[in-house]
Amino acid sequence: MLDELRELYQEVILDHGKKPRNFRRPEHPTNEAAGRNPLCGDQLVIYLDIAKDGRITDVAFVGKGCAISMASASMMTEIVKGRTVDEAKKLFESFHRMCTHDHGESPEADGDEDIEKLQVLSGVRQFPVRVKCATLPWHTLSAAIEGVKEVSTEAGG
Amino acid sequence: MSERAIKSRTDAAPLDIQRVRADFPAMSLEVHGRPLVFLDSGASAQKPRVVLDTMRRVYESEYANVHRGAYYLSERSTALYEGARDKLRDFLNARDRKEIIFTRNATESINLVAYAWGRKNLKAGDEIVISAMEHHSNIVPWQMLRDEMGLTLKIAPVSDDGEFLLDAFKALLTDRTKLVAITHVSNVLGTITPVKEIVRLAHDAGAKVLLDGAQAAVHLPVDVQDIGCDFYAVTGHKLYGPTGIGVLYGKEAILDAMPPFMSGGDMIGSVSFEKTTWAPLPAKFEAGTPAIVQAIGLGAAVDYMTGLGREKIAAHEHDLLNYATQRLASIDGLKIYGTAPNKAAVISFTLGDIHAHDVSTIIDRAGVAIRAGHHCAEPLMERLGVAATARASFGVYNTREDADALVKALETVQEIFG
Repeated sequence: MLDELRELYQEVILDHGKKPRNFRRPEHPTNEAAGRNPLCGDQLVIYLDIAKDGRITDVAFVGKGCAISMASASMMTEIVKGRTVDEAKKLFESFHRMCTHDHGESPEADGDEDIEKLQVLSGVRQFPVRVKCATLPWHTLSAAIEGVKEVSTEAGG
Repeated sequence: MSERAIKSRTDAAPLDIQRVRADFPAMSLEVHGRPLVFLDSGASAQKPRVVLDTMRRVYESEYANVHRGAYYLSERSTALYEGARDKLRDFLNARDRKEIIFTRNATESINLVAYAWGRKNLKAGDEIVISAMEHHSNIVPWQMLRDEMGLTLKIAPVSDDGEFLLDAFKALLTDRTKLVAITHVSNVLGTITPVKEIVRLAHDAGAKVLLDGAQAAVHLPVDVQDIGCDFYAVTGHKLYGPTGIGVLYGKEAILDAMPPFMSGGDMIGSVSFEKTTWAPLPAKFEAGTPAIVQAIGLGAAVDYMTGLGREKIAAHEHDLLNYATQRLASIDGLKIYGTAPNKAAVISFTLGDIHAHDVSTIIDRAGVAIRAGHHCAEPLMERLGVAATARASFGVYNTREDADALVKALETVQEIFG
């Protein structure tokens, strides 16, 4: 029992969960979106500064939720900063596959250090109801990039 | 307990919980290789074998549509369906069987009142009073009616420990208050509200009273005549019965004066293209083919509860509540939400800074099932200043060992979170 749980709640996740990075509300973000999981009440707002060349120059968030969603948001902010919008979208796709596919089907990190960092969250695969906790920040990021104000894990929720 | 003192008959032995557990197939389940410790009956209760057997038997050998066929099977299923109504009349101690309307659940019962009674009897400027600890099902229908009709919705406050504040409630009542809609037991805090006093004050102000009994009916003996409420909403699946069946109790004179909620077959007196007349109670409010077998299953469930003895069930759950509260309170950093002296066996809590969903995920691996989240009571969570709580809710089949298992599993949570 503890092995699977320890794989989900690894030290690095607990650390990000307790001390989320880039947890602040910038004054004039170029883009922002609110994400919500109405089933569990998790909510966060992602703030972005996107430069004209499509590069994400700043990313921050505020919100409240479980350790998984907070850690995922915190790690995401560290990883997408400095990336282009297109790169961030690709990362989201890889991350989404990683969270939902079984072992063995996991996308190759291809030496991408950032994807390797995110692997720490892949423990959610063993906990299907928690996958949305890990992906909510990324869905919200994606909404912010697209200029969508709000996103929910439950379309009808 | 608030409404009626629990009089355990001195000649009666307490419940034999091991026998009760043997009545519930789910109590022998294992999850993640551990014996199931089911502490989420407040969301929906497990079902005793007698309910499952009854429903199967009806479907196999006593089933046809009700109220129409002049043949053996239809007469049989009609007798069973109407027999279930009698059982629910007894269970709630309604004056007349006509006052028991079968619905889908407590939500539909409340909506029925909002639409059929509210639209006819309310007008712009009228006031409805609800409480700060309502489930969304006893908030949203009144909000919608408020917006549609120009009503005012007032919120009776609760204290920090989750008590219903009777004086503050009284101060909200005016001659424009036409309806008071309050929960009998809070699904988050477990608070048992002082319903008799609420009814007295509301009636003195000229208002009708609807009580949301979704949580209460399973924990407490409920006597709608003694309480004096005008409407009482119940759901079947929390009463060890099937899903898809609930009850609205309403006083006959009030129900009689109400227009139908839904229309169609079974609820008419006669139909011509010029004019339709309504069937008498209770059929007027049961349009279409009802949830026949679910109603019969619910009848079996309340028979089961009555057979065990509702005072004995309440006494057993009260013991569990006290024991579990004491055990949980001994955990470092654990905070219990809702400590009203009059309380049903529902315990909401937070564990340090650890989010309720992390708690739930971890203890699930130890076989312990609890609810985590806002419990469909977001305004109450706002009032408590917490985004989510974990909630352990106890049923007749739970034991002190279940509370011990919860405590042990919570220690694992703390271990993992360090």
